Amino acid sequence: MYAFTFHRPATARQAAGLLAKKEDAKLLAGGHTLLPTMKQRLASPGALVDLGGCADLKGIERKGRNVVIGAMTTHAEVAASPLVQEAIPGLAYLASHIGDPHVRNRGTIGGSVANNDPAADYPAACLALGATIVTNKRKIGADEFFTGLYETALEEGEIITKIAFPLASKAAYAKFRNPASRYALVGVFVAKRGSDVRVAVTGAGEGGVFRWPEAEDALKTRFTAKSLDGLKASAKGINADMHADAEYRAHLIGVMAKEAVARATGK
Amino acid sequence: MATVSMTVNGKAVTGTIDSRTLLVQFLRENLRLTGTHVGCDTSQCGACVVHVDGKAIKSCTTLALSLEGASVTTIEGLAVNGTLHPMQEAFREHHGLQCGYCTPGMIMAAVDIVNRRGHALDEQTIREDLDGNICRCTGYHNIVKAIAAGAEAMGGKAKPARQAAE
Repeated sequence: MYAFTFHRPATARQAAGLLAKKEDAKLLAGGHTLLPTMKQRLASPGALVDLGGCADLKGIERKGRNVVIGAMTTHAEVAASPLVQEAIPGLAYLASHIGDPHVRNRGTIGGSVANNDPAADYPAACLALGATIVTNKRKIGADEFFTGLYETALEEGEIITKIAFPLASKAAYAKFRNPASRYALVGVFVAKRGSDVRVAVTGAGEGGVFRWPEAEDALKTRFTAKSLDGLKASAKGINADMHADAEYRAHLIGVMAKEAVARATGK
Repeated sequence: MATVSMTVNGKAVTGTIDSRTLLVQFLRENLRLTGTHVGCDTSQCGACVVHVDGKAIKSCTTLALSLEGASVTTIEGLAVNGTLHPMQEAFREHHGLQCGYCTPGMIMAAVDIVNRRGHALDEQTIREDLDGNICRCTGYHNIVKAIAAGAEAMGGKAKPARQAAE
């Protein structure tokens, strides 16, 4: 790691102030991507603003038809939350399958969403559930938020404060994970709300998380895993690496989508 | 340089450190608590697992400065007055180690599993929850046995064991 100055504000407001004032500053959430990246000297921020002391960025609450999760809430807290388990069980399941138990005790939802790793789990939940990403400046819909590989709509100095997930009548996540890293080789989150169905795919797209419109249309007709029979995701624009080629990943999209729908419908 | 204060194994400690200092470096190099190991240094292997405020974390992927005011328990903090913690005793009894390098992390992870899931642990649960700990000698078989037995033993005297673990 290259040297940096360290700052630990007590509120999101103070954090925003530091971020604006310090040259080349980066936000530190759970640090489970940023610190390894800094160790490899792939990132060398001049200053770190640690959000770990900002109590106003933590917590889970139910607000009307939404589950609202503070940005610094850990994966373990989301997974173990009775509120999330009851309101959106698929979201609690997703959180309980990120990394390993120790990683889940440090990693945060805000950090994951802001980083937008193409194999991260949370972006799929945000996109499928139509979440709203709330920052210190504005509210951003998930459809506009994830703009590409590690790219988001976040601007300089903008801090995610919380994420609001609207409830769905049915929702579930299925992931085929890399057994070593436990990142998604392919992960699919499906959500049904009234007549609307959204299917979001992570781990597969060259540009990060994306929706699969053909599957959404098929599931709108009838929300059952059978509706996806014979439906093939295109291998165009799909990641290929040492773990899986594009054809294989494309095939997995169909398999994981079916499994997610089966889970959502309790079958 | 910056100053950090925290509680480690029940004792208040303070150190003046470079901001880059990882928790594991602070424990090993400043406090000379070398029971916590560095294996992969990339948050995969779990040799560096310690408890922070009662929860297992990987100390190679946490800055010491981030833990101002926190309460840390390392493998050195488990035994009470020279008597091994029930989980340590179970690892010895069931031969849950060979070279021993991963063992501190394994035991800290094991105590965390018991804290989260109670004293009756089936094999499947233990194996899944050991996701973040890698052992290159044993094939895990005796580690799993040791954890099941250690969990049960912790139930027998749950109070002191749990206090020691936090």
